[in-house]
Amino acid sequence: MRPSKLSLTAGYGALVLISCMFIIPFVWLIRSSLMNLSQIFTMPPEWIPKPFQWGNFHKALTVLPFDVFFKNTLIIVVTVLVGTVITSSIGAFGFSRIQWKGRDAVFALLMTSMMLPAAVTMIPSFLGWQLMGFYDTLYPLIVPAYFGGGIFNIFLLRQFYLSIPRDFDEAAYVDGANYWRIYTRIIFPLSRSAIIVVALFSFLASWNDFMGPLIYLKSDHLFTLALGLQMFQGTYTAQWDLLMAASATVVLPCVIVFLAGQRYFLEGITLTGLKG
Amino acid sequence: MRKGMFYGLLFTAPAILGFAIFTLGPMIASLVLSLTNYNVFKEQTAFTGLDNYMRLFSGEDELFYKSLGITFYFVVLRVPAVILLSFGIALLLNLNVKGRAIFRTIIYLPSIVPAVASAMIWMWLLNPDLGLINSLLSRLHLPTSNWLYGEGSVIPSVVLTTLWGIGSTVIIFLAGLSGIPRQYYEAIEVDGGGWFRKLSHVTVPMVTPTIFFNTIMTIIGSFQVFNEAYILTQGGPNNQSLFYVFYLWRTGFRDAEMGYASALAWILFVIILFFTFIVFRTSKSWVYYEGGDRA
Repeated sequence: MRPSKLSLTAGYGALVLISCMFIIPFVWLIRSSLMNLSQIFTMPPEWIPKPFQWGNFHKALTVLPFDVFFKNTLIIVVTVLVGTVITSSIGAFGFSRIQWKGRDAVFALLMTSMMLPAAVTMIPSFLGWQLMGFYDTLYPLIVPAYFGGGIFNIFLLRQFYLSIPRDFDEAAYVDGANYWRIYTRIIFPLSRSAIIVVALFSFLASWNDFMGPLIYLKSDHLFTLALGLQMFQGTYTAQWDLLMAASATVVLPCVIVFLAGQRYFLEGITLTGLKG
Repeated sequence: MRKGMFYGLLFTAPAILGFAIFTLGPMIASLVLSLTNYNVFKEQTAFTGLDNYMRLFSGEDELFYKSLGITFYFVVLRVPAVILLSFGIALLLNLNVKGRAIFRTIIYLPSIVPAVASAMIWMWLLNPDLGLINSLLSRLHLPTSNWLYGEGSVIPSVVLTTLWGIGSTVIIFLAGLSGIPRQYYEAIEVDGGGWFRKLSHVTVPMVTPTIFFNTIMTIIGSFQVFNEAYILTQGGPNNQSLFYVFYLWRTGFRDAEMGYASALAWILFVIILFFTFIVFRTSKSWVYYEGGDRA
């Protein structure tokens, strides 16, 4: 659309206004995390902390064992990411670059799991893990990533693999390469950007997961950051300065990862319609 | 290529096993559980047939209807808000303004914020006594609200907090908009039509597939809202934000009535299937696909 000067100015103004509205919660988070309680409660509200209470962060992160929560989160995020990337790319390879009878029917069947609300499988999955003695461990949050890595990721990578010319692996096959070699030497390296998309979304999904840890974890020493923050809120209800400092700490790594991989995030959403 | 079957199954084995273990198995188990009175605290578990479903529909469980009604209200309020707002923002971003990438980043950024943290931020902003929003409203001499603490205002308030995270819907719309060929707009310019004519005759018809996709995804997501219910309100005040999945979680995990909760889960599944089906059926009359009817 080639807009007129007037509508361009109006559009620009609207965008600035909307962007401000989207950014104010962040600003409010940061300013509150750096104030003491009396300044936080001043009416009308002030925007600049005076003085900057950097100590809030230290206090917020030490009254509860956030270092332990951070370590648990990191363990989950990294192992889930590795599992997701490996098994979803292998699966996508088997569903796109190898011909076998019934392949597309099996893939269609697997795709139906995307329609299923998580609530339906939640209770039996919980009972199953409990029966095997893995309640209150990190395993229920990690192991599923090693079984396919999520059908959506397989779908995303399969779409990508299908766009790679067939001649590539056929030439290699004629030269005597087997499927494993074709996957590791040709297809996987060629799909670098799609793999990064899967890795980034996997990172975000497990960093942000709340319901999983809530259901499977009971002991404080296994808690993730999301659960720890929720527990913090329950304990320090009125300490908004510390609550905001703790929240900012949980948000920050996400923002950094997003800004670093921005191009891939936007590409990934566009590619698949995936909700981040 | 020979040995295709063997290698095909070998490569896809993790995914097929995962589907059997983590989807198909639990699905069957959930259906069976929903026909029992399984309760973690009770020793006796019996097969009770359709009793759970009868109990749900008989009206004996008032909270079932209440949570269903609240969730419908949330869906009805949220879906149009998400679609209209994200479409509007996508239209603005699609103008060739300077700094488009920066605006896009700012609007997408909130959707990556962890639900717990975003809930915390909004509880603080919406705090009735000390929050920024009420303080701004009162300075502008506008009426303030109890937001999450008011029986009437809690659901609209939760809708408001989720609107902060519409970034990915905006990006999907933007992708749909950028796929519209320029010639269509040029044809209207030649005819002397303005932006409204372009919007109603080209833009909207051309992005109906995207509207369709986003609507389905937003409906499915809205029916399943849980984090907000758990963190922001715990179903309160006075059960006025007793979202369906929160009620399901409470029944299954707090009250330990897992058989009954499984029946609740199946009803949700049927509801979601029904609405997806309706949207699909009606889409034939309003979704336009270039190059023929593929709906």
